[in-house]
Amino acid sequence: MKTLFPFLKPYRKECVISPLFKLLEAILELFVPLIMAAIIDKGILGEGAGNVRYVLWMGALLVGLGLLGFGCSVTAQFFAAKAATGFTARLKSALFGHIQKFSYTDLDMIGAPTLINRMTTDMNQVQTGVNMTLRLLLRSPFVVVGATIMAFTVNAKAALIFLALLPLLTLVVAGVMALTLPRHKKVQEQLDKALLHTRENVTGVRVIRAFNKQEDEVESYEADNDLLSQMQRKVGRISALMNPLTFVLVNCALIVLLYSGAWQVHLGSLTQGETVALVNYLSQILVELVKLANLIITITKALACAGRIETVLTKAPSMTEPSSPIAPDPTCRESVRFDNVSASYFGAGDDALTGVSFCAMKGQTIGIIGGTGSGKSTLINLIPRFYDASQGTVSIGGVDVKQQNLEQLREKIALVPQKAALFKGTIRENLLWGKQDATDEELWTALERAQAAEVVRGKPLQLDEPVEQHGRNFSGGQKQRLTIARALVRQPEILILDDSASALDFATDAALRKSLRELPGESTVFIISQRPSSIRHADQILVLDDGELVALGTHDQLLESCALYQEIYRTQYPEEVKA
Amino acid sequence: MKKQNQGKTLKKALRYVGRYKSCLIVSLLLCIISVAATLYIPILTGRAIDQLLGKGQVKFDMLLPILGQIGLLIGINALCQYLMSLTNNRMTFSTVRDMRNDAFRHLQILPLSYLDTHPSGDVVSRIITDVDQFADGLLMGFTQLFSGVLTILGTLGFMFSVNWIIALAVVVITPLSLVVASFIAKRTYDMFALQSKTRGEQTALTDEMLTNQKVVRAFAMEDEVQQKFDEINGRLKDASLKAVFFSSLTNPATRFVNSLVYACAGVAGALIAILTGGAGLTVGALSAFLSYANQYTKPFNEISGVVTELQGALACAERVFELMEAPAEMPDKEPHQVLADAKGQVDIENVSFSYVPERKLIQNFNLKVQPGQRIAIVGPTGCGKTTLINLLMRFYDVNEGKISLDGQCIADVTRHSLRDNYGMVLQDTWLKTGTVRENILMGREDATEEEMIAAAKATHAHSFIRRMPNGYDTMITEDGGNLSQGEKQLLCITRIMLTLPPMLILDEATSSIDTRTEQHIQKAFETLMKGRTSFIVAHRLSTIQNSDVILVMNNGNVIEQGSHEELLKLGGFYHKLFNSQFAV
Repeated sequence: MKTLFPFLKPYRKECVISPLFKLLEAILELFVPLIMAAIIDKGILGEGAGNVRYVLWMGALLVGLGLLGFGCSVTAQFFAAKAATGFTARLKSALFGHIQKFSYTDLDMIGAPTLINRMTTDMNQVQTGVNMTLRLLLRSPFVVVGATIMAFTVNAKAALIFLALLPLLTLVVAGVMALTLPRHKKVQEQLDKALLHTRENVTGVRVIRAFNKQEDEVESYEADNDLLSQMQRKVGRISALMNPLTFVLVNCALIVLLYSGAWQVHLGSLTQGETVALVNYLSQILVELVKLANLIITITKALACAGRIETVLTKAPSMTEPSSPIAPDPTCRESVRFDNVSASYFGAGDDALTGVSFCAMKGQTIGIIGGTGSGKSTLINLIPRFYDASQGTVSIGGVDVKQQNLEQLREKIALVPQKAALFKGTIRENLLWGKQDATDEELWTALERAQAAEVVRGKPLQLDEPVEQHGRNFSGGQKQRLTIARALVRQPEILILDDSASALDFATDAALRKSLRELPGESTVFIISQRPSSIRHADQILVLDDGELVALGTHDQLLESCALYQEIYRTQYPEEVKA
Repeated sequence: MKKQNQGKTLKKALRYVGRYKSCLIVSLLLCIISVAATLYIPILTGRAIDQLLGKGQVKFDMLLPILGQIGLLIGINALCQYLMSLTNNRMTFSTVRDMRNDAFRHLQILPLSYLDTHPSGDVVSRIITDVDQFADGLLMGFTQLFSGVLTILGTLGFMFSVNWIIALAVVVITPLSLVVASFIAKRTYDMFALQSKTRGEQTALTDEMLTNQKVVRAFAMEDEVQQKFDEINGRLKDASLKAVFFSSLTNPATRFVNSLVYACAGVAGALIAILTGGAGLTVGALSAFLSYANQYTKPFNEISGVVTELQGALACAERVFELMEAPAEMPDKEPHQVLADAKGQVDIENVSFSYVPERKLIQNFNLKVQPGQRIAIVGPTGCGKTTLINLLMRFYDVNEGKISLDGQCIADVTRHSLRDNYGMVLQDTWLKTGTVRENILMGREDATEEEMIAAAKATHAHSFIRRMPNGYDTMITEDGGNLSQGEKQLLCITRIMLTLPPMLILDEATSSIDTRTEQHIQKAFETLMKGRTSFIVAHRLSTIQNSDVILVMNNGNVIEQGSHEELLKLGGFYHKLFNSQFAV
């Protein structure tokens, strides 16, 4: 929990005030049995018995105490709520920020659903936990201890029984907590599993129905769900012990108290009213314990969630930035250089890329071609340092990417991923991702170049047309063109297209390539494609096979010398290739 | 949520709980016993105190049996409490399980139009989070509402039996606590609604940004995204503070009313004792009374707490029921007609279809496909190719006209049997969490190891599968983890290769596979397609040149139709499209 505490720091004041006022309220409550005892002993039984005025006066005092308690309590609730919501908001913001620092490897490992869960359900539980803790956690033990102390002031001998009761109660409470905490964690894991299963069924609905797998899915889901339900019940069985056990303990103490009290009264060292007060203190303890039991369930849940949040929050991003970054020399003619670069994915058996070397000059177009799984995407993901090379160096502008400021590095590069992703908002907002301060004119130029202008013109609201979550209101091809436009808005030094035109028909694809060739400035363009036609005009073509660079050259050179390239080419233009 | 709706939702929720009627009855009985025991202990305690009259006046012979009775009651009470918790747990968690199962089952029959138009995160959170919150509220409700109401009734009875005057004083003050509680509850409801709404906004943003985290990173938009998040986060903080604070006012407010009740009971009791000279009320009885005054008001606190909790639970339940009551797909027509092993004659007659009435898509579409024919569908993106497949598979039903398979209208046969006839590979690959093997065997679980490997070899998936850490037993994480798009497509094709269905639908099935591998797979496809009616959507015209019929679609309509040669000769749209792939 250590890492989470600092987030409470700005609310230090609230964290003190809230429990403090709760304590005040509790202290006021502790006086109530004393006043009642006074009413009995002095008002009813004492000398001048039948003192009506005294009784009324004490009654007014009780009401006054109640009013004061109310004020304290409201104050406490406010500060607790303020601290809890403030703490959660800060924690959320920090966690979200921390996730933004994770490397691609980290993201691959943890997975989006887990992260989303941490950000939502877990955070809610933690907020409730903090709120309840501030309000009640101190109060309950305080009332228990306070009642014990008050009991001593009433009669030390009779109060000894309270002293024996305390450790026993602590033992029960702590024991139940220790038993349930790890089990709650397991329940949460199983719940995650159910979540994953549900998600999968929503996203994969077409395939599941095409294979008529609905019944199987329901069956396996029900099995998971059954297990979850059983686990929940098991934890419930342990938590349910708390109330009856404490009840038995406190009431046994009551019997002992009455019996030993009887002897003391008999011997004259205790009055009847005092006995009533002692019994009252015992019942106050019992009431607090019931509250404590409920509180502990909330807290154990919150602790389990906090632990899960902490795991993510303390996970150091696997990629570190250099402490004194080096800026690349703008006059360097070299754009991207790979020196004997190898890379592998976390948990994978083999290297995804082995010993690749090449150099792209500024303004060049580099084509990358190769079979499925040959390492094309891996290669381009190394350029913006999404992954680190396991061997060799990747340099941009003559400087190793590992020595450059990450944000500045990435701002020079625009990558269009395989899977087109748009975000909720408007078309304009999506395009502005490329460049925050781009003018409408710049946006339209980029749209024209990306062959996406007609898509936008076809919409009633043009640039202000709303985009739904995940860009659902656009077709695959439209999304791809918009994501290309988004990259072009940036006017990047290095533009990377990771097979990003796969959903485009040939006519559009050809027009796109033409406009990319005519890009102003000295952009270095990397194009991954399955189609030789898309890259045949590249200055250099890298041919990858099984993670290795098997050939490097222009289209004509490769057609002469590279068997693999010939084969790829032939599959697309059967009649053109010379034997 | 309007009052009326709340009532309806409650009824529905109770119907779920109603399945565990026996648990409910047992729980109620245990509750009655436990409450009765709890209430009787103060009376006995009071009696015990009355035996302690003063120095040398303690009646031990009377005291001991009373203490024994208290002991017995403690035992009974503890046992009942424990059993009651167990029963309630069982009831709650079983109800939740049932609800989740039903919701999941309903998910399977929801029309695709629902799932295509609702954010997936929202659907998931209804089934997972909302059901959970409902459970929490429900458990609270059961354990506290029952015992609360019973305690109130029981105490009232006891109090009236001991002394009706004090009891009356207590009863007169109590409604105050209810008034206060309901006043607060009303105010808080709006604040809770605002909190939920803002929270939903935040979840949507989190979902979107975290699933596309890599794009965020690629554009170095971390700061901007964080800003956006913080903006919502700030609003949520304010909304939460209000909701949490105002809802937590209930407790102190009702507690204040309690202290009033307590003071009144004490003063009234003392006055009666004084005025009647101890005849009307003994000290022990007063002590019992005071315990009751405490016990009597506590449930009011709890009940008011439960009301807030239940309100939240009901809001969640309503979201779950909303999903569960979303109209399902039209059920298969009765009597069920099964269409097994279709020959593959497809007739599309006068079909019109659009996703939304305002935007017309396919209109008056006609097509006759002979068994074994290969139909290619080409056209610019967004022209309606995928829609046609949605209709053939009956993911969506036509608005007008009809589609028949082997002369039988597909709307008349069961979806199950219709879909069994098709093998489908989509551009948007989907793999389930599980091993590679499980994913390949999805269409045919009884296939042998040899058959599976043969299929994988035919699709050239075998070599990359072999290179994975555990070969065919490698776990695939959610949505294909670190498989590339192409590898995922190969697995999806292998899946079909193993099933050998009578008909095929390939929607850009090889779009992410390189042309060389594709060429190899093509051979396997050739064998597969021989004698099978196939529908192929493709961009790469090379793969469809030898189709029997090529449909050229634009804006939802078939604008050209014929074989490759015929279409080239026509010199129209297809001609242009075909030549553009050689353009440089």
